[in-house]
Amino acid sequence: MIETQIAIIGGGPAGLQAATAAGQTGAQVLLIDNFDRLGGQLVKQTHMFFGSQQQFAGTRGIDIATKLAKQVAALENVQVMLEATALGIYEDGVLLVEQHDRVHKVKAERIIVAVGASERMLAFPNNDLPGVYGAGAAQTLMNVHGVKPGHRVLMVGAGNIGLIVSYQMLQAGVEVVGIVEAAPTIGGYLVHAAKVRRAGVPIYTSHTVKEAYGEGVVEGAIIWQLDENWSPIPGTERDVAVDVICLAVGLSPLSDLLWQAGCEMAYVPELGGSVAVRDELLRTSNPEIYVAGDVAGVEEASSAMVEGRIAGLGAALSLGLGGETAFKHLQEAREQLTALRSGPVGEKILAGLRRVEREVATDA
Amino acid sequence: MLKKTGIPTQADLQEVYPRPERLAQGPVAVIECFQRIPCNPCATACQRGAIQPFEDINDRPQLDVDRCNGCALCVASCPGLAIFVVDETYSEDQALIKLPYEFLPLPQEGKIVAALNRAGEKVGEGIVVRVQNPPAFDRTAVIHLAVPRELASDVRNILVEGEPHAER
Ligand SMILES: Cc1cc2nc3c(=O)[nH]c(=O)nc-3n(C[C@H](O)[C@H](O)[C@H](O)COP(=O)(O)OP(=O)(O)OC[C@H]3O[C@@H](n4cnc5c(N)ncnc54)[C@H](O)[C@@H]3O)c2cc1C
Ligand code: SF4
Ligand code: SF4
Repeated sequence: MIETQIAIIGGGPAGLQAATAAGQTGAQVLLIDNFDRLGGQLVKQTHMFFGSQQQFAGTRGIDIATKLAKQVAALENVQVMLEATALGIYEDGVLLVEQHDRVHKVKAERIIVAVGASERMLAFPNNDLPGVYGAGAAQTLMNVHGVKPGHRVLMVGAGNIGLIVSYQMLQAGVEVVGIVEAAPTIGGYLVHAAKVRRAGVPIYTSHTVKEAYGEGVVEGAIIWQLDENWSPIPGTERDVAVDVICLAVGLSPLSDLLWQAGCEMAYVPELGGSVAVRDELLRTSNPEIYVAGDVAGVEEASSAMVEGRIAGLGAALSLGLGGETAFKHLQEAREQLTALRSGPVGEKILAGLRRVEREVATDA
Repeated sequence: MLKKTGIPTQADLQEVYPRPERLAQGPVAVIECFQRIPCNPCATACQRGAIQPFEDINDRPQLDVDRCNGCALCVASCPGLAIFVVDETYSEDQALIKLPYEFLPLPQEGKIVAALNRAGEKVGEGIVVRVQNPPAFDRTAVIHLAVPRELASDVRNILVEGEPHAER
């Protein structure tokens, strides 16, 4: 049995910042991630990030990962377990963790779940042909393993991920024949859209994939236009010869561990799916469990980092650690989060949060 | 329309484009950032205070054209690659565009490349006068491109021959 005060599941921006914030209060922290390096989604983000200076705006995602991991490594009271998968959370804060074919029991007084989100699929005929990828998977192939996913790509989804991954495909020397988006307008940041557009990639709003085709592998796709009620318009079909169809149609919080742990959950479309009901310090209905980052609501790395700090400080304070300094940092973090969400992009998130943020029992 | 195609309209551009009087005085930044998003590196990058500090991180950048000298520091630090510098006084009949560029190989100085508009269409040719790629720019190179003056407000990208995404 491994004993610790605070166990953090997931070493993306949220988990890393939670570990640093909690570690700085002197708490014993164990950070668990199933990949072979820390950083989560950041390790494949080669583009410069938004946000403000406090969240490393203007720095490339991969370099942010390195910076955050260094902060964690500098803290002696923070242990890191890599290639380790949290399997389940049981009563009294017992966590089962599988690492290198061995299952370890971890006993923690507080658990912060920061496992991120998973990619959604899209239903269309032949979407099971080899050559249909999630955009994140294609990005991992290119930017982590240095492998091109194919030669000619059709991107589905003009949110930030679709736009950014399209741009990175161009950088890798892959041709992107177009981006289709079912909504009437581009969902991602317009600056990202403008940069792929001026590299010659057309963006087809109010369009979707009718079907993929090919003998054993993707050889092309039929796309068609949607009317204002999102119904396909017969006769608008267009055949695009591609060997890759890349889906960037959204992320859903990886909520399995929270369901399994019996946390009160709510389905909130604005936050990407099922998320835990929690208080303002990200404490769930199980007072020993906190959430942070995309698993608490699909948003951005900038907000994930700040949420990580809030959960880390909140968990430490609930154990009587950190004192006034931690409390001050907590207030600062909450102000940063409010600022990040104050624009039109944050409105949707705030609407979602109003449905899951409430006082939860804090009698632990 | 920008929100449908990714291409800013003339109306969008007019709102941010420096006036002809200012363009006639020398290099100046053109900030093509049309949406309120939580982002501010342009303001923190400018050493001359030409981009006013943001009160709210979601503010859109406001350029004080009289303080801007077209140094292009902001061009390399904008994560949206949305800032360009235009110098209409570059030569008798040419303007100089400084644009952000993140593709390899970088073009050679002196090379003639295709000049692309905001839709990625070739509208003419330009000469790469200079390639700035110091460590401080963190791998976003700034290309100085001389183009015919009448293309100054149109050219926003280049196509370097032999680049794979050029084969279209
Ligand atoms: C293409 C793309 C571009 C993006 N661009 C930007 C941008 O420009 N700016 C921005 O702010 N954000 C951006 N984001 C969003 C940002 O990457 C995410 O919001 C952020 O990474 C979420 O952080 P997280 O820590 O919650 O989750 P993640 O980064 O997903 O990290 C979760 C970690 O948990 C691990 N894990 C999962 N389950 C388990 C388990 N059971 N046991 C152990 N470990 C587990 C995972 O392996 C992963 O390492 C982008 C995302 C993508 C995909
Ligand atoms: S070009 Fe230079 S002076 Fe002008 S806004 Fe950008 S950084 Fe400031
Ligand atoms: S840095 Fe670029 S994208 Fe960000 S606000 Fe400034 S101009 Fe817009």
